[in-house]
Amino acid sequence: MRFPRLPCPALLLLICGVHAGWLHAQQWGGELRLCLHSEPRTLNPALVDDDASETVRYLTGGVLVRVNRVTERIEPELAVSWKQQDAGRTLVFRLREGVRFSDGTPFTAEDVVHTIAVLTDPNVHSPTGDALRTEHGAARAVARGPFEAAVTFPDPMAGALRLFDQIAMVSRRSPLKERAVLGPFRLPEHRPGSDLLLERNPYYWKSDGARRLPYLDAVRLEIVPNRELEALRFRQGHIHAITGVDPEIFGQLAGARDLGPSLEGEQMWFNQTGSVTPYKRAWFASRRFRNAISFAIRRADLCRIVYRGHAAPGIGPFPPANLFWFNRSLHPRDFDAAAARRLLAEDGFRSSGQGLADRDGHPVEFSVITNAGNRARERMAAMIQQDLAALGIRVTVAPLDFASLIDRITRTFRYEACLLGMNNVDLDPNGQMNVWLSSAANHQWSPSQPAPASPWEAEIDRLMRQQAATPDDRRRKALFDRVQQIVWEEEPFLYLVNRNALVAISPRLRNAEPAVLSPQVVWNVERLWLAPGT
Amino acid sequence: MPRAALAALAAWLLLLAAAPLVAPHPYQEQYRDAPNAPASRRFPLGTDPLGRDRLSRMLFGARLSLACAPAAAALSGFLALLLALAGGFGGRPAERTVAMLADLFLSLPWLFALVAARAALPLDAPPAAAVAVTFGLLGGLGWAGPCRILMAAVARHRQAEFVLAAEAAGCARWRIAAVHVTPHLWKLAAAQFLVTVPAFLLAEANLGLLGLGVPEPLASLGGMLRDLEDLASIVQHPLVLAPALLLIALAGLFHCAVSADESQV
Repeated sequence: MRFPRLPCPALLLLICGVHAGWLHAQQWGGELRLCLHSEPRTLNPALVDDDASETVRYLTGGVLVRVNRVTERIEPELAVSWKQQDAGRTLVFRLREGVRFSDGTPFTAEDVVHTIAVLTDPNVHSPTGDALRTEHGAARAVARGPFEAAVTFPDPMAGALRLFDQIAMVSRRSPLKERAVLGPFRLPEHRPGSDLLLERNPYYWKSDGARRLPYLDAVRLEIVPNRELEALRFRQGHIHAITGVDPEIFGQLAGARDLGPSLEGEQMWFNQTGSVTPYKRAWFASRRFRNAISFAIRRADLCRIVYRGHAAPGIGPFPPANLFWFNRSLHPRDFDAAAARRLLAEDGFRSSGQGLADRDGHPVEFSVITNAGNRARERMAAMIQQDLAALGIRVTVAPLDFASLIDRITRTFRYEACLLGMNNVDLDPNGQMNVWLSSAANHQWSPSQPAPASPWEAEIDRLMRQQAATPDDRRRKALFDRVQQIVWEEEPFLYLVNRNALVAISPRLRNAEPAVLSPQVVWNVERLWLAPGT
Repeated sequence: MPRAALAALAAWLLLLAAAPLVAPHPYQEQYRDAPNAPASRRFPLGTDPLGRDRLSRMLFGARLSLACAPAAAALSGFLALLLALAGGFGGRPAERTVAMLADLFLSLPWLFALVAARAALPLDAPPAAAVAVTFGLLGGLGWAGPCRILMAAVARHRQAEFVLAAEAAGCARWRIAAVHVTPHLWKLAAAQFLVTVPAFLLAEANLGLLGLGVPEPLASLGGMLRDLEDLASIVQHPLVLAPALLLIALAGLFHCAVSADESQV
């Protein structure tokens, strides 16, 4: 028996076509389930100060501009366009017309004015509002027509536009007040201790041609503090995505993806304040000593063993994941025992029978504090202990509970070295002013200096202030590149590793484009949809 | 059977005492080419996540833990016995004071005391000092539970005929306590001791979370048991169970050996 030849390819094509069409047809409805690791402390967008609340704000809040989490560029949202005026002091936003809050109240320039007024109200104590303040006062907003709002800062403020990615607009006229939102989902009724159900906002302004987005009907946020339980629930299909997957279980999770180095870094620094024994302080204040320690640490081993290869050696304050601001001429400091020994010898250190000693005969030993219970940090400290033992340096690892650790590094300064992580939520160097200015309280190695202790700290002060007052991003980049270069040479922080962003996504979740910037998976939540499945 | 247990225990203790001679590798050496390695001729029980030989760490860790935990348990047992006798034979006010102290010790949140102790300990304290402080604290704080039980036993014995007879014969109180009552408490004290040793081994592991406990790079049984927290890794590396099995085996042998003593009594 013979089949006619012609129809076969046609049939195949037809099947392919139908199949591809089925793959791309978005499914409306469904409930996306995710975990939060703690109870959100607030549902008021002005008061957000923790990760869980930030996630809720992202899913429910409408913002004037959005940082695209993949390209890291600023894109219009509720503002269709904007311009700078008054030498960078004023930002004028042209607002989208016909947008309504989740209760139907129209969105106008009055609401922008109201939002800025709430955030900068000293009685509100808004952490988001702090960014809108300079030493000469707070930002103010005025309406220049129903759909044009101008926000004026007391000083020229570079990178101010990015701040509006965090500012969820609240309504001035809605009886629901801050519970009326402009984002893809509505705020839930608060049920402490269980989960939060965010239902779709019926008035959300984005559409898929014919229908209003989002595709999903709801997002359920379950409060699960335990990471292992979260992984278990993901394996069972109860939840659809996890972020911050533990490298140890990464290989065992179906649908796990390594997105490459994130903005989260681990670093070590030496205490250079007056609370340290004077001869040790002299070591720590020497660039050659810090460089030698840095050369002696095998960063590649830290990445391979502690993070199972899901990390990259640290380079500087911004990792390469910060596409625009990272200084591409820098590279991680590779292990080089000979260089370490040479630098130590130049500073007068010499090996005795007992180990390394300084020029006055003091044995070279110091303690490293880190937070107890964090396995990765305890392991890194143990590895650094062995790396430095090879040079004859005795390191004592002292894991402390988090509260006393913070007390030591911010108040009493009774420590010698500290190993801790830092998460850069802000892509802009202005977010790190409180670290780099020598007068700042978070200038960890020697905080709140009345005057810069060294010429290079004075230069960083000057460069940071200059870049903050420069409106042009390319000139700012040149200035901050120099800051990164100085930090790389002087190493007040020894950057150890940048963890990779590890996520796991259910095969049912479609349109997911996970990015290293938080909220890694749900940043495009209005376009996510769930394929039917078990 | 008890004799065999005693012999096995002695053999184990001898092996542990000789750890530096028997262990195939230095316990702190990280073989970075082989983290989480399975059992092999080079590493008979595999390696831990940092590439340290598990067998060597287990031998050194068990040596340290089995020297310190029983010492701490003995200290708390001794304190408990002393206070129970003082309470039982010191008259009504003494009894009330000891009972109140024991209740207080049982109800106070010791976490804060331990955090304060860590804060008072210099950061660069040598590992040996940290070990001594940890087990000293455990011994000093762990007496209250056993003391309540021993006190109840003392109160029971106070009414016994042999005690009344001794009192009638004009025997001094301390002599009645030491010579007539204490021998009857040995069995109870031994049971309390047996329960306390593994509890202290685990407490040491938990203290690691507060920055107390046995510091890196020293090995301890408790510290090695912390690897069991991660359930998924047990499936992947079943050898992390080895320290737990050793602990169970040693605790079992201890138990047999102590009951052997009792059967002879």
